[in-house]
Amino acid sequence: MTDTSKREEHWRRTKSLMMITLTIWFIFSFVVHWFAASLNAVTFFGWPLGFYMAAQGSEIIFVLTLFWFVKSQDKIDRDCGLAEED
Amino acid sequence: MANNSGGSSFIENLPKIYGMYTGGFLVFVLLMAILEQMGVGADTIGILFVAFTICIYAGIGFLSRTMAVDAYYVAGRQVPAVFNGMATAADWMSGASFVAMAGGIYFGGHGYLAFVVGWTGGYILVASLMAPYLRKFGCYTVPDFIGTRYGGNLPRFLGVVVLAVASFTYVTAQINATGTIAARALQIPFEVGVWFGLLGILLCSMLGGMRAVTWTQVAQYIVLIIAYLVPVFWMSNKQGFGLIPQFVYGDAVARITELEALHGLGTLDPVAGAKGGLKALSVPFAAAGDSAMASWKFVTLVACMMMGTASLPHILMRYFTTPSVKAARQSVAWSLMFIFLLYFTAPALATFTKLQILDPELASGIIGKPIESVLALEWIQKWSAVDFAQIIDANSDGILQLNEFFMRGDIVVLATPEIAGLPYVISGLVAAGGMAAAMSTADGLLLAIANALSHDLYYKIIDPEAETRKRLLVARILLLAIGAAGAFVASLKLTSILGAVAWAFDFACSGLFFPIVLGIWWKRANRQGAIAGMAGGFIVGTWYLYMIRWGGMDPWLGIDHLRFGIIGMPVSLVLMVVVSLMTPEPDAEIQAMVDEIRVPSGEAVLGRSH
Repeated sequence: MTDTSKREEHWRRTKSLMMITLTIWFIFSFVVHWFAASLNAVTFFGWPLGFYMAAQGSEIIFVLTLFWFVKSQDKIDRDCGLAEED
Repeated sequence: MANNSGGSSFIENLPKIYGMYTGGFLVFVLLMAILEQMGVGADTIGILFVAFTICIYAGIGFLSRTMAVDAYYVAGRQVPAVFNGMATAADWMSGASFVAMAGGIYFGGHGYLAFVVGWTGGYILVASLMAPYLRKFGCYTVPDFIGTRYGGNLPRFLGVVVLAVASFTYVTAQINATGTIAARALQIPFEVGVWFGLLGILLCSMLGGMRAVTWTQVAQYIVLIIAYLVPVFWMSNKQGFGLIPQFVYGDAVARITELEALHGLGTLDPVAGAKGGLKALSVPFAAAGDSAMASWKFVTLVACMMMGTASLPHILMRYFTTPSVKAARQSVAWSLMFIFLLYFTAPALATFTKLQILDPELASGIIGKPIESVLALEWIQKWSAVDFAQIIDANSDGILQLNEFFMRGDIVVLATPEIAGLPYVISGLVAAGGMAAAMSTADGLLLAIANALSHDLYYKIIDPEAETRKRLLVARILLLAIGAAGAFVASLKLTSILGAVAWAFDFACSGLFFPIVLGIWWKRANRQGAIAGMAGGFIVGTWYLYMIRWGGMDPWLGIDHLRFGIIGMPVSLVLMVVVSLMTPEPDAEIQAMVDEIRVPSGEAVLGRSH
């Protein structure tokens, strides 16, 4: 049986990673696009920024966030001794 | 082990096998190009493309046949993360993504990009809230999780109902798409094309269930991504837009905004008399609506598509097939990466097509040109003949105005190779890609429905004593029956592709999102709460859809039929929380089970075969 305190630490860190990930998700899913019309006044490598964020910017951030999330969660699992055997 | 002998060496050799497959496919494309040069007709090349690829998929499906339960339901849980990522991407990207998305962006501009944002960002929810925990749980289907977590047959049954409604809505659109493509490529009537498409789909899934679908989906991803990217790269380099067009089309977007003003977009209303399904440009491309309502409509659509992504069982069940919890997580990231490759290309493709049509300085530009010369273009003649494009000279000035040119959105993907003057072999490739996209999604959906009915309804509820042979026989009969029902509905041509696709997401998130998430993240969630949440969210969402679509009710706050999940989800959440808190908490055994799925190490909660 795994040590209870390790499990508690694991779940606490897992929850905070989830919160950080979902905060990034929320900003680039909703907040940025809410202000698309204002952002369009800014030009980003030729694109109107509001359009760019919807067409490409948010998607790039989603991909990077997910690979970062996978790495971070794996570190949490290992630190707490709860990772699967390789 | 339930796997066939030699299973592990097959897994080790996967990169080699699919590398050879990709090389073989490219050789086939080259061969077709040579045949075209030798004077073989376009029709023959189209037939060869579609027929050849379907035969390959069917071959893979046959080689993956199985009589083992865990191979049939979860591909033996041995699919490596990257390959599962490809399979999920093919599972995910439907005929609509492939054929209609770029056209949707072409006509809808910024507003339509809500689909692109929603259909990618949903994977963050899948990875952080769902997939790894469901993998640890070890279920075969999504209702399997709901049934075991909440206990009793009613939650399981409700899960099956929501799954079946959402997935069936979606699958008819896919069978419709396979029928359309098969009909055009093989030159058979649409009604025959639908059944032909179904035959291809069933050949991939009948004998080997999830295992067969997995390996055909990987093959289909490779075909569809090549078919989507090659024409865009080729066109871009031919027209001088740049080597990697996705990163440099900013100036083209700016140019389109200038051209829209030049052509009088917004001041000219489309003239009357267009055939059904054809549209003229009327929405600015890059401009976003500068009002709270426009922002609200954008984010509500994003929310429904994201939560829907995270609740659609045919996607979630793909993550049951990985060898470990960690691999499930990695595989979500790879899925998004592979999906991203297509989704960040679609806006670029829409931009280039628009520029080619609008810019009078380009040879391909048609707006502002004499109608006589436009009508002489080969692609205009060809696509007008099949009612995909139409020119109405309303003011009889002999010049084509923006509001006098009508086309179907699908043209952006299907005809761009011709508009840009690429050889026909590229059009054949695009047809094969569209077929792969529609078939792979249809396979995943049919299997999700049939597995839920056979495992959850038949085996877990009706006949728990059934032996393996009988279970797998029932699973296959159901697959056949549901496929036939889907093809029958598709042949009636009841729904437009996009309406149906968005509805599937709304049904799924209304009924399943909170019961799954809270089942993992809130120990206090109990049986009564889950029943109330699933039934309440699903019924209220469906009622709202009915009322605004057919009941004559005005949408509240701009929440139209594409977004009815915005009504269903809060109802589901509130009911689930309130009813859970009003009734006793789940017993210690269930709470221990929730603790167990939260850690990656250790045995799966449900046994390997159950």
